[in-house]
Amino acid sequence: MAAQIETVVTLVVALVMVVGASFSLLAAIGLVRFPDLYTRMHAASKAGTVGSGLLLFAAGLHSLDPAIFVRALAAFVFFVLTAPISAHLLAKAAHQAGYRMSKLSVIDQLPQKEEAGRR
Amino acid sequence: MISDTVLTAAISLSLALLSFALLATIIRIVRGPTLPDRVLGLDMLVAIAIGFIAVIAIKTGFGLYIDIAIALGLVGFLATIAFARFVLTRGLAPERAAKAVTDTGNLAKRSKTGRPSHRKRKGVR
Repeated sequence: MAAQIETVVTLVVALVMVVGASFSLLAAIGLVRFPDLYTRMHAASKAGTVGSGLLLFAAGLHSLDPAIFVRALAAFVFFVLTAPISAHLLAKAAHQAGYRMSKLSVIDQLPQKEEAGRR
Repeated sequence: MISDTVLTAAISLSLALLSFALLATIIRIVRGPTLPDRVLGLDMLVAIAIGFIAVIAIKTGFGLYIDIAIALGLVGFLATIAFARFVLTRGLAPERAAKAVTDTGNLAKRSKTGRPSHRKRKGVR
């Protein structure tokens, strides 16, 4: 019974790990392919966080140790909390500094300040 | 045992995928036309490095690698925030000259839609 549980856990770890690595790769491809900073940020901050979070989850699950598993979950929660904050700060700073969206963008509802570059 | 074989194959596959992700991110950092693109690339690089560390933790069986990943995530978060501050205070002064050349057609179209973007470029510093 214990051996069966171990087998199932190992298979789940393998699956979650491959899925997480795929998310990371998709985020990196999005980083290369998207046209401007603001669209690249979608790929990097969402898919990238899920990718590294799933890999950490797999690492915590593989150890079969509650202490390490809780630590991996804490790291996951930490990344989920911090990734939107850093992405938002970077996007806001770039927008205020005057970096323009690409021509493909439909609408920009936040007016860019005219005097932002002067400070 | 079959599950160990599957796990070894999954570790190899994950390492290969993460290597390609690292390569794509480095391409973006090298090519990135502006500073915020490179900052975003560095942020993504930290995320992929954390993934690498997690896979190495599974491969070697050391749980301590998770703590290293947490520390790396904290450093990456603080670095991104500091870079965002830097982008905000620096503005786009060094990139203005190059951008004004490439954006000339774009600029004319924008000012038709009521966006006074040309005033900004003249008025900066």
